[in-house]
Amino acid sequence: MASKSADKRFTKDHEWVLLDGDIATVGITDYAQEQLGDLVHIELPELERAVTEGEACAVAESVKAASDVYSPLAGKIVEINETIVEDPSIVNSDAEGEGWFFRLELDDPETFEALLDQDGYDELLETL
Amino acid sequence: MARTDGVRGKTPNLSGTTTEGGQLFRHVAGGEALYAETFVAQNALPDDPTPVPLLTTPLDSWHRRHGARMVPFAGYAMPVLYDLTGDLGARCRGGVMAEHLHTRKAAGLFDVSHMGQAFLSGTGVADALEHLVPGDIAGLKPWRQRYTLLTNEAGGIIDDLMVAKLADDRLFVVVNASRKEVDFTHFAASLPDGIHIGVLEGRGLLALQGPQAAAVIARLAPEAVKLPFMGFGAVDIGGIGCFVSRSGYTGEDGFEISVPGSDTEALADLLVAQPEVVPIGLGARDSLRLEAGLCLYGNDLDELTSPVEAGLTWVIGKRRKLSWDFPGGLLMRDQLDNGTTRHRVGILPDGRTPARAQTTIVADDGTEAGIVTSGGFGPSVNQPIAMGYVRKDLAHDGARLNLIVRGKTLPATVVPLPFVPHRYHR
Repeated sequence: MASKSADKRFTKDHEWVLLDGDIATVGITDYAQEQLGDLVHIELPELERAVTEGEACAVAESVKAASDVYSPLAGKIVEINETIVEDPSIVNSDAEGEGWFFRLELDDPETFEALLDQDGYDELLETL
Repeated sequence: MARTDGVRGKTPNLSGTTTEGGQLFRHVAGGEALYAETFVAQNALPDDPTPVPLLTTPLDSWHRRHGARMVPFAGYAMPVLYDLTGDLGARCRGGVMAEHLHTRKAAGLFDVSHMGQAFLSGTGVADALEHLVPGDIAGLKPWRQRYTLLTNEAGGIIDDLMVAKLADDRLFVVVNASRKEVDFTHFAASLPDGIHIGVLEGRGLLALQGPQAAAVIARLAPEAVKLPFMGFGAVDIGGIGCFVSRSGYTGEDGFEISVPGSDTEALADLLVAQPEVVPIGLGARDSLRLEAGLCLYGNDLDELTSPVEAGLTWVIGKRRKLSWDFPGGLLMRDQLDNGTTRHRVGILPDGRTPARAQTTIVADDGTEAGIVTSGGFGPSVNQPIAMGYVRKDLAHDGARLNLIVRGKTLPATVVPLPFVPHRYHR
């Protein structure tokens, strides 16, 4: 597990978000990778694509199933992590670090504040 | 009507659908409910919120103790994968990928106790069963087993099953979990009065599969290792009286062991105490059988698919082809003579994107070409693989197809099955 950071937020769909200025780095949580199991294929959005909050924009495929990954906030895709396309197992081994999916230039950085904080996400996991 | 014992009150509601691993497994509701209990379940209102409680196998708590993640499958709580720890974790960490590769390298233990087991007994039982299946059952030697199909008058497949002969008047059958009620109802309605159907409710069925399975069995039950492929025997394993067949659903050498319910845990403990063995979940069971090109009922076979379309004409016994006197036989003969409009093929997607069941297949000219019926990732071939039905003109090795996955067109090629060569003990 990555260290708990005040700047890290979460969605109820098990994405994590780190904010640096108006650029948000997005990935799936350690809980999510564990639930999905061994990943064999990752699809990432195209650069410059405009995404809305909650829009399906990436796919994580395990041996058994394909799962959508949603954009946690509205913005524009400015960077994607090609390394995890080459080797999807990185998402299993370091979901909340090297296994990040994409970077998003947020339309409104204020929206970040509305996401779940670590305590909120931990509480969500308690209910699952 | 033949007499039936043993199924009362424990048959799952088969009329619903369950989602497992993102794939919809269809259970075709069929046949009249035999018993009041199942009648009630089948006629519950569609929006009745009362969940049907899951059935359990004799290994339910054993799975949970061994780190299984349990999922609903065909009305049963079943392990989809394990998070293995301790001695077992040192052999295999668990998870679909590792469990799959362990089975191909060493030996895996599968709980398949959800499947239906029954004795069919009575004078002339083999001839009687031949009225329902295209296989040569009369010609099956004692202590041998055969893969066959229950077919319907329209030439479709009601189920695929294993039939073993213990004696001229005694057969042992293993049917799919999702088809138990349909099959046993069909037996009861179609077999003559003198045939007794003894359903073995609550009995365990374990499969030990992999290249080292024979070494494990040699240590525990030396006589069982003498079984040829599709041989069947009554064998003591660790003091437990079992029926053992040399067969399986992975493409590897292996054994399926029918064991009394109360002894199933002890047998599982004995098997995983062997250094080659770890428990394997349904996830790897599915990827192993897909690599081996083996059909899954409900995905690749159903009541609207004929054995000829499915490439299973080899199940029709040579003698049975003289008279074609089994359900749908004349239709199958016509299909063999004149061809079918579609055929089951292996499909290799060009890239790394898996195409799952129900993926639409189109030809290069954009016309509809067929549908994927099983698809995913093959850990041993390390790439996506699939099976499906394509129209006749594209059902040849090397034909180019396009798979429509999430709106994108992915090129793919028709390839021979299996994806991984069978390594049965011949």
